[in-house]
Amino acid sequence: MSGPAIEVADVSKRFRVYRDKPTSLKQRVLSSRSRAEDFWALRDIALDVGEGSTFGLIGHNGSGKTTLLKCVAGILRPTSGTIRQRGRLAALLELGAGFHPELTGRENVYLNASFLGLSRKQTDAAFDDIVAFAELETFIDNEVKFYSSGMLVRLGFAVAVHVDPDVLLIDEVLAVGDEAFQAKCLDRIRAFQREGRTIVLVTHALDTVIEICDRAAMLHHGELHAIGMPSDVVREMRYVLLGVTDPNFVPEEGTREAEIAEVQIVRPNGSSEGAILRGDPLTIVIDVRQNEPLDTWTWTSRSWTGRRITRCSTRGHRAPVWIWGASTRSASGSGSRASLTSPASTG
Amino acid sequence: MAATVQTVERTSEPPHLRVGERLRILVAHREILANLVRKELKVKYAASVLGAVWSLLNPLVYLAVFSFVAKVLGAGIPNYPVYLLSGLLAWNLFSASMGPGARAVLDNANLVKKVAFAREILPLSAVGVGLVDFALQSAVLLIYIVVSGYGLHLPELAVWPLAFVTLLVLTTALSLWFSALNVRYRDVGHLLNIALLVWFWATPIVYAEYQVQHLAAKNDVGGAGALAVYFLNPMVAVVAGFHRALYGTVRPIVGQDPVLFHESLGWVAGVVTITLVVSLIGLRLAWRYFFNRSGDFAEEL
Repeated sequence: MSGPAIEVADVSKRFRVYRDKPTSLKQRVLSSRSRAEDFWALRDIALDVGEGSTFGLIGHNGSGKTTLLKCVAGILRPTSGTIRQRGRLAALLELGAGFHPELTGRENVYLNASFLGLSRKQTDAAFDDIVAFAELETFIDNEVKFYSSGMLVRLGFAVAVHVDPDVLLIDEVLAVGDEAFQAKCLDRIRAFQREGRTIVLVTHALDTVIEICDRAAMLHHGELHAIGMPSDVVREMRYVLLGVTDPNFVPEEGTREAEIAEVQIVRPNGSSEGAILRGDPLTIVIDVRQNEPLDTWTWTSRSWTGRRITRCSTRGHRAPVWIWGASTRSASGSGSRASLTSPASTG
Repeated sequence: MAATVQTVERTSEPPHLRVGERLRILVAHREILANLVRKELKVKYAASVLGAVWSLLNPLVYLAVFSFVAKVLGAGIPNYPVYLLSGLLAWNLFSASMGPGARAVLDNANLVKKVAFAREILPLSAVGVGLVDFALQSAVLLIYIVVSGYGLHLPELAVWPLAFVTLLVLTTALSLWFSALNVRYRDVGHLLNIALLVWFWATPIVYAEYQVQHLAAKNDVGGAGALAVYFLNPMVAVVAGFHRALYGTVRPIVGQDPVLFHESLGWVAGVVTITLVVSLIGLRLAWRYFFNRSGDFAEEL
């Protein structure tokens, strides 16, 4: 029970992007051939996924995550390189793949389950669980065309989490649905982990990666950019995202007329110790040291994703722009102190 | 976890098609095939009150119309409904599987792009749907043959399984080949429609087999050679097999021209067997073509 469940060795994938792809014999004969451009969706990717581990795959849109997953699943063929995979594999690239509106919920469960590799017997055994999980007991014999989109998603989920593979590939599909349902699905993933199944998870929910993955890798423009502990890879990802979304961000330059001396995170009760939970109100206190006297200054804070949280300026005697309930106090001469207080309702 | 853990290796090279191994995979995926056939049938007759009765209506109407037409026009073929339907049902299986079969991969693009399974199942399910209709329609014909007092010709009936298997192999081979070809060249669908029209008249379904034999013998365009050219159409042998098995009599009225090919039962069985062998080779080639191309389906759709 050791060794990697998935070995990806120097895998590259080239897509030919045709400006004018001949899709008929006439075009094929008339148009001069090979107006194709190469697009390398993956370049020399090498990674192992250990048996029984949970592996997070992150990267911005178009970085090649899904392509890699499709290569592992056998939907796409790599242009070069080898993928070795042990055990029964199920790939959840789309919820409710093959659902047909004219079929009833029950028939669609069987159809979808067979695509995910469940035999009729296994589906029979899991059927009641699936329906209960989807909370669709009263509608299961109705045709799916009468379902709301939420019901469809729930039914797709329910089948997906009842598959019984050794290796499970999940592409973002668990990120839809309401919060209660997401929690249910995360519970299910934890159960899969306890049962010793190997999971590869593609997601944009970086916190989820830190929370449930043992290892993670980040793809960037088709190349393996970082691999290792999820927290490290996610931090790298956030740096890259920041670089991508905010080209003006220059971390280590400037004239140092003013510097950030200290940053403190303070709870409403005044303590700065202990963990902070998502949704907790908090105050960020930033001490700015002024090395030279400044007449006017502007102060902006942004989130990791580059979104501006708050901005204050003394220029033109304009009132500070309050976005996030920030306040500044100017300490005479030597510097200033800004404190950001989150409203209780937002994260 | 399973005691034996299988390892799958995926490389850039299309794997070599090993028929036995691939058949085992297809058998393992039979649930998908069964579910897809069930889905197609359900969808075909969804929201229709009569359902599969529509499928039975087709041969019933043919029976009624052609019993009448044959009487009025006095066509030279006695028991024309039996002659027509025994060939037409075989043709129906062939053409009704090939149309959806050729579109099978294209029409299920969302599946091909999102789910990994043996792609052969898609054209095979089209053949499966054709088979269900064929079974229903054959039941109608069989009942007619028995009830109308036409009766079964027992030694001739032995050709039926042979002709049926040949038809199935041929239809599967062409469905596999066209469905793969259709992914790259969308012309195939249109071409097939026209080809099937010509093909229908190049097959002795409506007219008597003997007419062709007679013409080939009369014109000195190679004599027997011309007939051999006619038999290049594999459906000729298949339909001849079905005719011989169900219509049974070569020369229904003594003193008049024969209806079927004026040859022995062994000769017909031989021609069908040759066609079967050719179809099997064709199936192997079509399967390999499909298999090699199927790795790129997800990319090309």
